[in-house]
Amino acid sequence: MHYVWDFDVVLAFTDFWLKGASITLAYAFGTITGGLIIGVFAGMALLFESRKFPWLGAIVSAPIYGYVQVFRCTPLLVQIVWFYYALPVLWGASMPAWMASGLGLMLYMGAFSSEIFRAGIMSIDKGQWQASRALGMTYSQMMRRIILPQATRRMVPPFVNQSILQLKNTSLLYVVAVPDIMYTGSIIVAETFRPLEVYTSVAIMYFCMLFPLQRFAARMEARRDI
Amino acid sequence: MTSSENGKEAMIQITDLHKYFGDVQAVRGVSIDVNAGDVLFVIGPSGCGKSTTLRCINLLEHPTKGTIQVGEDSHTFGAGHNMPSGRVLARYRTHIGMVFQQFDLFPHMTAIENVMEGPITVLKKSNKEAEATAADLLAKVGLSDKEDSFPTQLSGGQAQRVAIARALAMQPRVMLFDEVTSALDPELVSEVLHVMRQLADEGTTMVVVTHEMSFAREVADHVVMMDAGQFIEQGEAEQILDNPQNARTQSFLARFHGAAEIRGMAGAALEKEI
Repeated sequence: MHYVWDFDVVLAFTDFWLKGASITLAYAFGTITGGLIIGVFAGMALLFESRKFPWLGAIVSAPIYGYVQVFRCTPLLVQIVWFYYALPVLWGASMPAWMASGLGLMLYMGAFSSEIFRAGIMSIDKGQWQASRALGMTYSQMMRRIILPQATRRMVPPFVNQSILQLKNTSLLYVVAVPDIMYTGSIIVAETFRPLEVYTSVAIMYFCMLFPLQRFAARMEARRDI
Repeated sequence: MTSSENGKEAMIQITDLHKYFGDVQAVRGVSIDVNAGDVLFVIGPSGCGKSTTLRCINLLEHPTKGTIQVGEDSHTFGAGHNMPSGRVLARYRTHIGMVFQQFDLFPHMTAIENVMEGPITVLKKSNKEAEATAADLLAKVGLSDKEDSFPTQLSGGQAQRVAIARALAMQPRVMLFDEVTSALDPELVSEVLHVMRQLADEGTTMVVVTHEMSFAREVADHVVMMDAGQFIEQGEAEQILDNPQNARTQSFLARFHGAAEIRGMAGAALEKEI
């Protein structure tokens, strides 16, 4: 097979690519940050216990548990499509594509983050909790000084991994026509009929964004000493 | 503090303590007073409830029923009594030092930071003051050269001595020791016992749960024998350890004496080195 590669068709659309890349990065950054915040609060709710009112713990954590399981056990693609096409039927008003997809991505990240947060806290040895209590620390002192400093170190590697997946998952914006890198690529293919060069370039762009992050994660994993 | 019959001040008073874990009754109505400056040893077979009793004193375990008093702080549990709030519990525990079997040092802090942590975070002492106290305490337990070591760099005996210093830094009224030598290699036990003996000689009020019978004979003022959640015999150390009246105490101690004879020679050799 003889194929003449022509990357000029790719370079001719530099402005589009830059816009697409900035949308991809903006969605990744925004939904990772938002997801992290949701994750911390949802994780705290999952861990919530009340000594005085034992039933309160269940009331707080049950709906959060439901949220986490629904978002972990359904595909992100389904969630985005559902927010964009299905929710408006219930709600009576449509949601712009950028909002529906952003909401889906953020809640998805939040569900996974909450599990990372919860697991990080739970991984701290029981002895650390009892030693802190025995010193007379209040719950917040114990969390701030003893538990969280140790737990956050354990949370970083899985969180970086989840962030890498999240950046890749932004390519699903394509289905609701938000012009990220992937969607930009499909438009340029429609213009130029050059899928090989264009989609190869799309892959390279994702790779260039994620490879450094992957290296960073690997280095964090290696630092098991901390 | 309350005066007990013999005129001494009772530092710890446990009255009719019960503790259930679900349906299992771990502690079945025990009562005891420990006078200020006294050293009480609690002995008994594994699972008899002695650690649970100890953990009830600083309320790491919540008694199902009964009254615990340390110094002026008294808490009563059971029907009709509210659980103390987290803040009240935290303040209560500042007066009680506790040392655990597994040391439980904070791994992200150096030895001296471990000792400074309570005074700084809980007692709001200045960094400088806490550091000076911590350095003194580490010197006391013989670890001045390990101030900047992290817990992973310490031997078990050293880690346990840091843990003792960490508890002492709070200037507690009472020290609780929960099988503090059980996780140590045999040759590291004596360095920890040495520190504990020193504390006892200084008049620290101590409650010690242990299987070290020869140490109990040497240091204890009082000994209680616990079995199946109850104090089955209590009294002066010599009386309980050398002349027990209860059949179960006798058979429990007989096993230890047998083992001690074998270890006796090795132990005596080690003691001389210290």
